[in-house]
Amino acid sequence: MPLISPWRADFPGILALEAEGQTYLDSAATAQKPQAMLDALLGYYAGGAANVHRAQHLPGERATRAFEASREKAARWLNAPDTQQLIFTRSATEAFNLLAYGLEQHFQAGDEIVISALEHHANLLPWQQLALRRQLKLVVLPLASDGLIDLTQAAQLIGPRTRLLAVSQLSNVLGCWQPLEPLLALAQAQGALTVVDGTQGVVHGRHDVQALGCDFYVCSSHKLYGPDGVGLLYGRTHALQQLAHWQFGGEMLLHTDYACATFRAAPLGFEAGTPPIAAVIALGASLDYLNSLDAHAVNIHELALHAELLNGLQQRQGVRLLGAPNVALASFVVEGVHHADLAHLLTEQGIAVRAGHHCAMPLLQGFGLSGAIRVSLGLYNDGADVQRFFTALDQALELLQ
Amino acid sequence: MSLPSGAQAALDAFSACQGWEQRARLLMQWGEQLAPLSESERCESNRVAGCESQVWLLAERNGEHWQFRASSDARLLRGLLALLLARANDLPQRELTQLDLPDWFAQLGLARHLSPSRSNGLQAVLTRMQQLLTTDD
Repeated sequence: MPLISPWRADFPGILALEAEGQTYLDSAATAQKPQAMLDALLGYYAGGAANVHRAQHLPGERATRAFEASREKAARWLNAPDTQQLIFTRSATEAFNLLAYGLEQHFQAGDEIVISALEHHANLLPWQQLALRRQLKLVVLPLASDGLIDLTQAAQLIGPRTRLLAVSQLSNVLGCWQPLEPLLALAQAQGALTVVDGTQGVVHGRHDVQALGCDFYVCSSHKLYGPDGVGLLYGRTHALQQLAHWQFGGEMLLHTDYACATFRAAPLGFEAGTPPIAAVIALGASLDYLNSLDAHAVNIHELALHAELLNGLQQRQGVRLLGAPNVALASFVVEGVHHADLAHLLTEQGIAVRAGHHCAMPLLQGFGLSGAIRVSLGLYNDGADVQRFFTALDQALELLQ
Repeated sequence: MSLPSGAQAALDAFSACQGWEQRARLLMQWGEQLAPLSESERCESNRVAGCESQVWLLAERNGEHWQFRASSDARLLRGLLALLLARANDLPQRELTQLDLPDWFAQLGLARHLSPSRSNGLQAVLTRMQQLLTTDD
């Protein structure tokens, strides 16, 4: 029986792309949006825009209420204990930069920051650059052959000089859930702060930041079926108090004169300038939409699609999977075929997959590869999308091999 | 301004092309005709930055005329490079600087390969070509 997504019709973007002959299999880069989100975006602008946290007038009050309602929805989505523990940033990347600058003062030369070999550039470069600014040591946890962070080596590498651990929950290249619980425990035993990159993980299933027990959790809206231009940073209250302010201006202050100023605590103290108001409000609509779905049914559909994808890849000769993906995506190369050639011919056939290093250059280098093809799935994909991909893949390989 | 004979042949072949498969086959055939570069020529200083695939571009000036050589580790990109060289090689400096290469690829029905999303790097090759021309003065 072909796999049909009962939610596909809720996403005008996927239907429009289909009508154009495009099979969209790049949701790990950005997801299509539900109609409910588009309605909210238009509704906010068409109903009268206003700035938030500033004006006493009615439009301003309405915008502020809607904006803060989204914060509540996001906090509930992550099971954060308090809405005030959620900071809106412009992107997940900005959230990591906020952390790297906001925590900088707590590091001494020789301290260690621990990341893993599979981190997205967003969770590598801010720490790498912080390490260079402060003469810190950036420790990179190696992976086992299955693509999981090697816990035996992690236990040796996370030590008394470790001040911070920043790791991904779900790799954007390997598609496997990382063993966060033991990793966070290792870091916490050393008194280190813990940061989880939930950018991919948050899209699949529900995650509870309290149960995870991390100090910070970062994710972005646009992969979670929300608009772009919004990132989320959750922090434990104690951890948020350690952040120094980093961007200045707008309503993030309590008082200023020409010479000096005092600033608000989180979240507003870390939301300098006019925030992406419409996008934050529209994210709230995406979360409402996602909440209205049968989470169990979504999960079953995603796993079935993923199994079909893996099956098809494994059946084809010369295909080498990267790691052992559990969910959402699969990256692969084909023996004797350049990934750019394959990407070229898939594009010619209207297959929208990602080719290249996937913002994880060192990881690909570790596999001895300059690039790979990544197929990634959203809840709106059908079995027919996967089949179209395989038909195109076979045609491309016939030409290239 | 008439086309160089190689370019005219390319234009004839690609204009007659029906469908993506035929176009891909033709691109690969053109790529195979590209004169190979030696190991030492495929060096870092000849590498075009900003391409996902590895691409090397060399330029040589003989009096008024320019001669380019190029290669890549990706086959279809080698085809695109061959089409670029077929149009740009052996032209006098003045003609070369006025050459509308995006239009050339559009005539071949390959405009999409100059997309700004840097998917294959042909755009980076054109930029590098311009740099080589201007730094020679």
